[in-house]
Amino acid sequence: MILVWLIGILMGGGIAALLLGQGNRGLPRWISLFTVLAGFLAVIYIWIDQYPITQFPHKWLIQYRSDWIPNFGITFHLAIDGLSLLLLVLTFFIGLLAVVCSWTEVKEREGFYYFNLLWILAGICGVFMALDLFLFYFFWEVMLIPMYFLIGIWGSENRVYAAYKFFIFTQASGLLMLLSILGLYFIHANNTGIYTFNYLDLLGTSIPENIQYWLMLGFLIAFVVKLPIVPFHSWLPDAHAEAPTAGSLILAGLLLKTGAYGILRFVLPLFPSASEQFAPIAMLLGVVGIIYGAILAFSQTDLKRLVAYTSVSHMGFVMLGIFALNELALQGVVMQLLTHGISTGALFIMAGMLKERLHTRDIDQMGGLWKHMPQMGAMGMIFAMASLGLPGLGNFIAEFLILLGAFEANPWLTICAALGLIFSAIYSLRILQKVFLGSYQKDTPVQDLVWRETTILASLIISILWLGVFPQPVINTVKPTVIFIEKIFHDQGIAQAYLDRNIIKPQVISKQKKGTYVRK
Amino acid sequence: MSGNDFFALLPLLVLAGSSVLIMLLIAIRLSHRIIQRSSSFLFLIAFLSIFYIQKVFPYSLEPLLIVDGFSAFIMGLIIFSSIVVNILSYIYFEEKEESPKEYYVLLFLCTLGACVMAVSKHFVSLFLGLEILTVGLYALMAYLRGRNKSIEAGIKYLVLAAFSSAFLLFGMALIYLETGSMEFTQIAKNLDTIQIPSTLFITGLGMMLVGVGFKLAVVPFHMWAADVYQGAPVPITAFIATASKAGVFAVLLRFFNEIDAFRYNQVLWTVTFITIATLIVGNLLALQQKNVKRILAYSSIAHLGYLLVAFIPGNTLSLYAVSFYLLAYFICTLTAFGVITLLSNKVGDAEDIDTYKALFWQNPLLAFIFSVSLISLAGIPLTAGFIGKFYILLAALQSGFWLIALILVITSVFGLYYYLRIITVMFSGNKIKVAKDVNPNPIFYATSLITLFILTLLTIGIGVFPAGIMRLIEHLIR
Repeated sequence: MILVWLIGILMGGGIAALLLGQGNRGLPRWISLFTVLAGFLAVIYIWIDQYPITQFPHKWLIQYRSDWIPNFGITFHLAIDGLSLLLLVLTFFIGLLAVVCSWTEVKEREGFYYFNLLWILAGICGVFMALDLFLFYFFWEVMLIPMYFLIGIWGSENRVYAAYKFFIFTQASGLLMLLSILGLYFIHANNTGIYTFNYLDLLGTSIPENIQYWLMLGFLIAFVVKLPIVPFHSWLPDAHAEAPTAGSLILAGLLLKTGAYGILRFVLPLFPSASEQFAPIAMLLGVVGIIYGAILAFSQTDLKRLVAYTSVSHMGFVMLGIFALNELALQGVVMQLLTHGISTGALFIMAGMLKERLHTRDIDQMGGLWKHMPQMGAMGMIFAMASLGLPGLGNFIAEFLILLGAFEANPWLTICAALGLIFSAIYSLRILQKVFLGSYQKDTPVQDLVWRETTILASLIISILWLGVFPQPVINTVKPTVIFIEKIFHDQGIAQAYLDRNIIKPQVISKQKKGTYVRK
Repeated sequence: MSGNDFFALLPLLVLAGSSVLIMLLIAIRLSHRIIQRSSSFLFLIAFLSIFYIQKVFPYSLEPLLIVDGFSAFIMGLIIFSSIVVNILSYIYFEEKEESPKEYYVLLFLCTLGACVMAVSKHFVSLFLGLEILTVGLYALMAYLRGRNKSIEAGIKYLVLAAFSSAFLLFGMALIYLETGSMEFTQIAKNLDTIQIPSTLFITGLGMMLVGVGFKLAVVPFHMWAADVYQGAPVPITAFIATASKAGVFAVLLRFFNEIDAFRYNQVLWTVTFITIATLIVGNLLALQQKNVKRILAYSSIAHLGYLLVAFIPGNTLSLYAVSFYLLAYFICTLTAFGVITLLSNKVGDAEDIDTYKALFWQNPLLAFIFSVSLISLAGIPLTAGFIGKFYILLAALQSGFWLIALILVITSVFGLYYYLRIITVMFSGNKIKVAKDVNPNPIFYATSLITLFILTLLTIGIGVFPAGIMRLIEHLIR
C-alpha cells in the first residue's frame, strides 16, 4: 500500500499546489517541498528497512495488487525490487532538488508549475514500480503531458518547438511500444488462453523467433528514444536546452533513466533470444552514441546543449553495458544511471544558476568566473571531473564496471568505447576552461552561491563522493535483479532464472512444459 | 401494433411527441427560455425512457425495427448528445438575430431520425430515419440564414446528401434485386443459399458504401465536411459530429454484421482502403488548418477512421470497441464544441485559433475543459479517449489486422500535433486585461459550464476507471 501512497501523495500534492496556488503565491513551493520530502523519507526508510537485500533468487520487496480493468486482465500491480528502489530514491532526491532549485526561478503561475513538477515525478515513480504492462504504459504517458507543459510554458525562447519535438518523439515511440504490448498480450493468450497484461505472467511466454524480434524492437524503440541513443536523440538537446532548470534536471536525471529501466526490466527478460540476437547492434549503437555525443558536446557553445550532448555520450555507455548482458556490466549500468543523474543534474543546475546571473547560456560570453565565484568554481570542477570519470567519484566506478563487463562480451567495441573517456575529458575540461578560467568579460561582479544553492550542490557532491568511494550498498541492493537478468542469458534460460512469483499469484501456478500451463 | 410494441418504442414516441408539443408551445408564443427548458426536460424524459424499456430487450417489431441492447446504447448516446446540444443552444442562439424557437422542433426531429436508424433492421426504416435526419439537418445548418457561410453549408449538404441518398437507394435496389428482401436477416439467409454472390450484389453493396460514406464523411467522400462544420451553428456542428454519425454508423454495423459482409474480399478490401485513406487524409488535412472548427471537422473524419478500424474485424470485441469509442468520442467532441459555443459571441464563432491565445490565463476553467477534451481526442492516458483507442487496437489486433493498427498508430501521432497546437496556443501569450462584457444570461452560462465540467469529469473518470462502463456495454450487447 505504501507504494500507492508514494504516487498518491505526489498527485495529491500537485492538485493541492494547483488549487491553493490561486490565492497564495508562496504556498505551492512549500507544499511541493513537503510532499517530495515526505516521499523521500519514505523511500529512504524502505531502503534501510530492507537492507541488505540478499534473497536469491530475486524477490519483490513490496507489492501491491488489485484489479483495475478485469475485462482485459489489467491489474493495478505495483512492486519494487532493488533496482526500482534505487531509482525511486534517485527520483525523490532529484525531485527534492528540482523543487528547491525552482524556488526563486519560477515567478509566474507557480501553482500550475508545481502541479506539473509533482505529476511528472508521480509518473516516473509509477514507471519504476508498475508490473502490469498496461499500467506501465499508462504511467509512461502520464509523464509526458506535464513535461510538455513544463517545457512549453516556463522554457526559454524556443520552447514551443522543443516541447513539440519532445512530445511527438516520445509519444510516437510509445505507441509502437503499445502495439508490441498488445502483440505480446495476444500471443500469450493464444498460448495459454489467459488474457493478462501482468508482467509476471507474461514472463517466459514462448514467442516465435521472428515475431519476437519485432515485438522486442517495438519496446526497444520506445526506450532508446527516451534514453536516447543515436539516431533517436535529436529531441534531447532541444528539450534540455529550452526547459527551465528543474525541467532539465528532471529530464537528465530521471526521464532518461526510465528508458534504461525499461530495457532492463522488460526488454531483456521478456524477449531474451531476440535481445541476444540484437545485442551486437545495440552495443554498436551505444558506442556510436558515446563518441558522437562527445564530439558534438565539444562543439557546442550553448552550455545547456553541451551538457545535453554529454548525456547522449553517457547514455551510450548505458546501452553498451546493458547489452553486454553480464553481471559486471549490468552493475555498472545501474551505477551509471545514478551517477549520471547526479553529475549531469548538477551541471544543469549550475547552468541554470549561471543563466540566472548572466542571462546567457553562451559559454563564449562567460569566462573568468572563478574570480568572483570561487565556491561555484570549485564545485563546478568537481562535477566536471565526475563527468570525465575521475577515480574517487561515482562515474568512474560506473564506467569502469561497464567497460570491464563489455570487454568480456565484445573487446573491439569496448576499445572504441574507451576512447570516449578521452573525449569526455576534453569536453569536461573545456567547460571548466571556458566558464571559470580565462579573463573576466563583464564589468560588474557576479554574486557567488547563496546558502540555498550551496546546499543543493553540496548534497550532490556528497552523494557523488559517496557513490565513488563506497558503492557497495548500491551494488548489494541491485544484485538480485542483476543476477536474475544475467541468469536468463548465461546459465539456464528464463525457466531457472524465473522471478520468485510466490506472492499473490492469480492463475498460472506452474509451467509444465513449453507453452502449456495448468491451473491448480 | 400491440401495447408492447408501443412500450418498446417509447423513446422514439417521446421524441416524436415532443416535437409536436414544442410546436404547440411555440404557437402560444412562449419565450425562448421556456421552450429551451421544456425541450431539455423532454429530451431528458426520452433519455430516461431508454432505461425504463430495457426489460423487453431484445424486442423486434417485424419487419422494420429491433430494439436491443446495442440499439438502446446508441439511442442513449444520440439522445444524450442532443441534451448537451440543447443546453448549449440557448446561450448560442439567444444573442443571434434569428428567432431560435423552431430550432428545437428540428432538433427533436433530427434526433428522432438518428434514433430510428439505430433501431432499424430494414432498408425502408433505414432510409426513413436517414431522411428525417438529413432533411432536418439542412434547415438546422442554414438556420442563421443571414450568414453566408451558414447558407453555403446548408446548400452544400443538401446537394451532397441528396446525391448520396440516390447512391444508397440504388444500392438497396440492387441488393433487393439479388436477394429478394430488404430485411437484414432475410438478406443474410437468402445470401447463404446463393453460394457465390453476383456482381450486381457486390455492386449494390459498393453503392451503399458510397452513400453511407458520404454521410459519415470518410475519405474519399469527405469534401463537404470541413465547409459544413465551419458554416453550421456551433451546437449543430456538435450534433453533426456526434449524433448524426452514430445513427448511420450503428445501422451500417448492424447490416454488415448481419450479412457478414466482410467474407467478400472485395468489400473487405474496399473498406480497408477507405479506412486507411480516412486515417491518413483526415489527420494530414487537419495539420495546416487555422480554424478550430475546421480542425475539429478533420479530426472527426480521422475519428471515424479509428471507428472503422474497430469495425473491420467484425467480431464481438469490435462491437464493444465501437460502442466504447463512440461514447468516449461523443463526450470529448461535445465538450470541445461546447467550449467553442461558450466563447462565441454575437458577431461570430470563436473559430480562429488566435481567439484561444492565453485562454489558460484568462479563463483557466474553460481552458482546462478544452485541453482535457483535446487530450482525450488525441488519445492520451488518464482520459476516456485513450481507453477507447486502446480498445480499438485490441479489437484490430485480435483478428490480426497489424497493418491497419500500425497505420492508426502512426497517423494518430500526426493527430497529436494539431491537438497540441491548440493547447499550445491556449497557454502562449500573457494575461491581458480584457474589459469583461457583462454576461446577459448568467444562469444559462453557468448551466452550460457545469454541463461541460461534468463531461470533463466523465472523460477523466472513464479514463481512469473504465471497468464499469465496459461491463455496462458488455451487459447490453451480448
